Amino acid sequence: MVADAAPSVMPVQAARPSTGLQVRAWLARRSEAVAIPVAAAVAGFLLFGVFLLALGKSPLQLVDLVYRAGFGSSFALGNSLQRAAPLLFTALCVALPARLGLVVIGGEGAIVLGGLAAAAFAQPLAAFPAVIAIPLMALAAAFAGAVWIGSVGWLQAYRGVNATISSLLLSYIAIAIANHLIEGPLRDPTSLNKPSTLPIGDAFMLPPMPVIGVHWGLGCGVIACILAYILMDRTTLGFAARIAGGNVRAAQIQGLPVGRLIVGFTALGGVFAALAGFFEVAAVQGTANGTLVAGYGYTGILVAFLARQNPIAIIPVAILLGGIEASSGLIQRRMQLPDATVLVLEGLLFLIVLMSETLYGRFKIFSPHLWQAKAETMPAPAASAAA
Amino acid sequence: MSDQLGLWSVLIAVIGGAIRVSTPFLFVSLGETITERSGRINLGLEGTLVFGAMSAYATAVLTDSPWAGVAVAGLAGGAFGLLHGFVCRLPRVNDVAVGIALMLFGSGLAFFLGKPFIQPSAPPLPAIPFGFWSDLPQVQAALRVNVLFLVGAALSVLLWWAFRNTKAGLIVRVVGDSADAARAMGYDVDRVRLYATAAGGVLAGIGGAYLSLYYPGSWNEGVSSGQGLMAVALVIFARWNPLACFGAALLFGGAGALGPALQSVGISQGYYLFYAAPYVLTLALLIATSSTERALAGAPGELSLSK
Repeated sequence: MVADAAPSVMPVQAARPSTGLQVRAWLARRSEAVAIPVAAAVAGFLLFGVFLLALGKSPLQLVDLVYRAGFGSSFALGNSLQRAAPLLFTALCVALPARLGLVVIGGEGAIVLGGLAAAAFAQPLAAFPAVIAIPLMALAAAFAGAVWIGSVGWLQAYRGVNATISSLLLSYIAIAIANHLIEGPLRDPTSLNKPSTLPIGDAFMLPPMPVIGVHWGLGCGVIACILAYILMDRTTLGFAARIAGGNVRAAQIQGLPVGRLIVGFTALGGVFAALAGFFEVAAVQGTANGTLVAGYGYTGILVAFLARQNPIAIIPVAILLGGIEASSGLIQRRMQLPDATVLVLEGLLFLIVLMSETLYGRFKIFSPHLWQAKAETMPAPAASAAA
Repeated sequence: MSDQLGLWSVLIAVIGGAIRVSTPFLFVSLGETITERSGRINLGLEGTLVFGAMSAYATAVLTDSPWAGVAVAGLAGGAFGLLHGFVCRLPRVNDVAVGIALMLFGSGLAFFLGKPFIQPSAPPLPAIPFGFWSDLPQVQAALRVNVLFLVGAALSVLLWWAFRNTKAGLIVRVVGDSADAARAMGYDVDRVRLYATAAGGVLAGIGGAYLSLYYPGSWNEGVSSGQGLMAVALVIFARWNPLACFGAALLFGGAGALGPALQSVGISQGYYLFYAAPYVLTLALLIATSSTERALAGAPGELSLSK
């Protein structure tokens, strides 16, 4: 940002600090990345508790209900995990482009198109065995999502159209196209009150995962998060993307294919969001209908920002939010609170976590320099004696 | 009746729809123009719009005065704007992300606090029947113009004039075009942006009041169909020009009314696709006029959108 960073203030690499202190410096930096978001989330919950107290409700009862309805029993946990599954994917659709400095908020459109593509392809594939048909349905969904969100990246990279705005517009357009197809050409004539496409058929429905009993979307979502982490943090491609996200000019001077990186990573994000739609159709609904527009895309934005765009952190955050959303019904009945209670809590958490961005680097305890400085004080007497 | 009018009824319905539907677009886009001209983007105006709709409706139910509702909606919107401006003052906080958070928070809070007001009915805002000269009920219905629409039209002219000719307007523009220049002139950039965002929030709140107190004229969780978000695109469409905002709001309103109008004369093919017309229009315009080489014409230099 500032071009004239004086080279004179660069710390001189004097004596190499001992390994133990290096580890402590590394730990200090890493613990900042965990401590600040966690503290911000706790502050958000506390603030929400004050809000509840002001309304004469008990915050402790809310915590108890969220625990019981979200995580308390194996049934509750299964329900939470089922809600978390699409969030894993949609959060990746925000987090991957975010590393390139793009705020993509149109995941909702990719979910809807992905689900629709999967359902539409189930009909012509009806004659094939499920082992062939289901992957092809997933592929159709992935292709739809890649084209949709990839074009957001393409427009940004090659036409200079802002990704936030274009993804938002494309998401509305996708929902309109889906409504048109579900109510028109692809409509199942027997679906009267709730317009839907023809059912994909029981043979093509994904079975639940063994042991956990939740559909495969969860397992694939977790794998997707881990793969995304490896891609972003452990490969040269991910490294190039992060450079391009940090400073486009520097990346261009280095000869990095910035445009292709942007298109690739947005398209991959679109693939993930569309897979959320695929799993909703192939594992939950059995058909594409209006329930695909359930706000998973928007909650995914929240998950990605709470996880600070870190693919691994997305996993616990998505499960936590899945649990909170799963407990919405119980909170409504037991505490006589409106169903929007969860929305207020989510909005508050989002705001506080964003505000906490300003705290990074403010606490000395997390500073690696503090620990390195300690390392440098040790050989210092010898150096002064020599002088 | 509509049989005799044929396709004319479509035109009348589109004009009527444009006048009826455009007011929230107009207010939110004027508010967003003020904010963006100061160099910041507030994506949270959708939440402000919904909260404005709720607070206006609730106030109108409790006090029996729709204008008290408009005033409260404006105040509530201003409070949301101040919150956005305050949070964005903190270093390294992204204004786009804060907007998304406030969108969630504003609509969540509106649904939460507005639950008891879904049932009771509030007094509506008054409208002026400009269609008195016609015998046709369609024309009369189309030309019933709400007072807030006229206020919005006047406001767009006033803002257009103020951005060019008043000290406050020039300060906002300087801050939006170059924060360094504004600092050199001795203006507090963050404070100007704070006020500009608050002013934008006031207008968005009033736009919400129109939704719940005139058209559609009731409070429920689906009162806004994303007008607050669309208005952000509309501002780009209008090139940050308040006068163009007025035209663009009419265009968006009319495009939204096209689907239902065609359906009423029996053309129901592609009903849902017509809903997408404003979005396709905006996207096409953006693609046609954007460039990687330079910022959009008319865009404030400090805006993260155009950088």
